[in-house]
Amino acid sequence: MKVLVPVKRVIDYNVKVRVKADGSGVDLANVKMSMNPFDEIAVEQAIRLKEAGKAEEIVAVSIGVKQNQETLRTALAMGADRAILIVAAEDVHNDIEPLAVAKLLKAVVDEEQPGLVLCGKQAIDNDMNATGQMLGALLGWSQATFASEVDIDGDSAVVTREVDGGLQTIKVTMPTVITVDLRLNEPRYASLPNIMKAKKKQLDEKTPADYGVDVTPRLTVQETAEPATRAAGVKVADVAELIAKLKDEAGVL
Amino acid sequence: MAVLLIADVTNGQLSTDAVAKALTAVAGLGEVHVLVAGQGGDAAAAEAATLTGVAKVLFAGDHGFCHTLAEPVADLVVSLAGGYSHIAAPSTSDAKNVLPRVAALLDVMVISDVTAVIDAETFERPIYAGNAIQTVKSGDRVKVMTIRTAGFDAAAAGGSAPVEALDTAASGGLSTWVEDKSAKSDRPELTSAGIVVSGGRGVGSEADFELIKKLADKLGAAVGASRAAVDSGFAPNDWQVGQTGKVVAPELYIAIGISGAIQHLAGMKDSKVIVAINKDEEAPIFQVADYGLVADLFDAVPKLTDAL
Ligand SMILES: Cc1cc2nc3c(=O)[nH]c(=O)nc-3n(C[C@H](O)[C@H](O)[C@H](O)COP(=O)(O)OP(=O)(O)OC[C@H]3O[C@@H](n4cnc5c(N)ncnc54)[C@H](O)[C@@H]3O)c2cc1C
Ligand SMILES: Nc1ncnc2c1ncn2[C@@H]1O[C@H](COP(=O)(O)O)[C@@H](O)[C@H]1O
Repeated sequence: MKVLVPVKRVIDYNVKVRVKADGSGVDLANVKMSMNPFDEIAVEQAIRLKEAGKAEEIVAVSIGVKQNQETLRTALAMGADRAILIVAAEDVHNDIEPLAVAKLLKAVVDEEQPGLVLCGKQAIDNDMNATGQMLGALLGWSQATFASEVDIDGDSAVVTREVDGGLQTIKVTMPTVITVDLRLNEPRYASLPNIMKAKKKQLDEKTPADYGVDVTPRLTVQETAEPATRAAGVKVADVAELIAKLKDEAGVL
Repeated sequence: MAVLLIADVTNGQLSTDAVAKALTAVAGLGEVHVLVAGQGGDAAAAEAATLTGVAKVLFAGDHGFCHTLAEPVADLVVSLAGGYSHIAAPSTSDAKNVLPRVAALLDVMVISDVTAVIDAETFERPIYAGNAIQTVKSGDRVKVMTIRTAGFDAAAAGGSAPVEALDTAASGGLSTWVEDKSAKSDRPELTSAGIVVSGGRGVGSEADFELIKKLADKLGAAVGASRAAVDSGFAPNDWQVGQTGKVVAPELYIAIGISGAIQHLAGMKDSKVIVAINKDEEAPIFQVADYGLVADLFDAVPKLTDAL
């Protein structure tokens, strides 16, 4: 089985986000970028499937700017076999919407015929939580979102999902799209020799036009603003003062 | 035009608070029809019909819609989509599972986690874990969206809309439900509780999480946790508050032994009053706390519980 892993290049999760003063967006110039944390978990899961003899080849795909090459090299260094970069934007501020990403991924799936797509649950920049589900729809495949346990056995997979009420286990027919949650695994670090080897692995570059997909956004961003800030609070000396404040000042007890 | 609001139903039980709040969010967009899907959902449908502002409830009682499996429920919603300008649902894990699938089948973009409805085409939503708020305008013919309910008031009961049964059969074959694992609790539900007491890695162990639970029970509060506390096995996954957990906005949020990472703040910083108890006076949680107590939680929390 071939496994396709879409990986997104996003602002590093440790970086403090700055909203541009003119309201045009978030400042991404000269900011540390990394692989979306959920996608690292997806890559790790694909590698584990390969190590367990359940997958033969892992293909990482990224859609965005030319610099997404770095993200794909990271996936290759972790253990992906080959990569596809679809250059769909010149400016890193130009985010490609999940619907367009899903259409491009569908085109890649049609070409590559994987038995499984492992996506992240959500991209930590746009927080959409949509691409995997949209891809499942376009392919007419089953989907298993927010996975914290995955067991693939022949033509079906048993997946435990993190849901509002706790955990839900479902069985899905293969091929399928799985979106991974944070507790599925601990992604490995790439070793130095593997980083060197990754430089020689195949990385193909494409454009949306190669797949005949229109990536024009459906949602126009009119403004990006800072969230409302909270008024500065106070420190209380002890438990007694805390209770007094909550009763008399805040009126919440 | 009309709005199709997809009700959140778990084991036949309507998530009344979430649905009533989403109802308030979409009420200005047109006549609201609520969809309840799943065998045994009769009571949930009847309850949805009492929410004021609901014009009609559609009840699809086929067994195949149970457990909100994404593929059949998305197909059901798509089969109804023709008459609606907006398809909405409260941002629960079920809605996040189903609505993007619906949107793709309709060839429209989903609008996730709407926090404000500006007009029929324009919406606000948080991005970057709530560190920025985006105003987006959708050019799609039908708007498919999930509503982050924390900021909306719940619509009141007291209505009596008609319930219309749909005999649509569920499309099947792609997935089946195996089991649910959910801990039964007498505590209030996390996303609708008036008070939430949350513990973090600082609590140190599953056994010591009892301190958090005791305080919560004294206050009639729900219990929350940071991701670190869940990952360390102190608390179950459905207690996680944050960017990738639940978003809460209670009257009072008490964060204990939680440092205040942006991913945690994303889930609680819209609470009315925030209290932080942390032994590190530099902890970022104090920047959002109305009342900060620099103290060892093992000393302060039992004292607080006893004094209440
Ligand atoms: C993609 C992604 C998504 C994430 N999503 C979430 C999410 O949804 N929710 C979430 O919470 N996190 C999330 N995180 C994790 C987040 O970045 C932090 O790692 C996490 O919130 C830290 O949890 P904590 O505050 O409990 O632990 P720590 O940061 O370790 O803080 C523990 C605190 O306890 C205090 N403490 C220790 N002992 C005591 C004591 N005896 N008395 C008083 N105070 C004490 C310490 O001073 C410290 O401030 C996410 C991370 C990533 C990368
Ligand atoms: N531009 C992209 N390139 C590659 N994968 C992506 C891209 N956007 C989204 N994805 C995948 O879809 C997941 C969910 O993203 P989203 O729906 O944007 O929250 C991510 O974790 C990735 O696996």
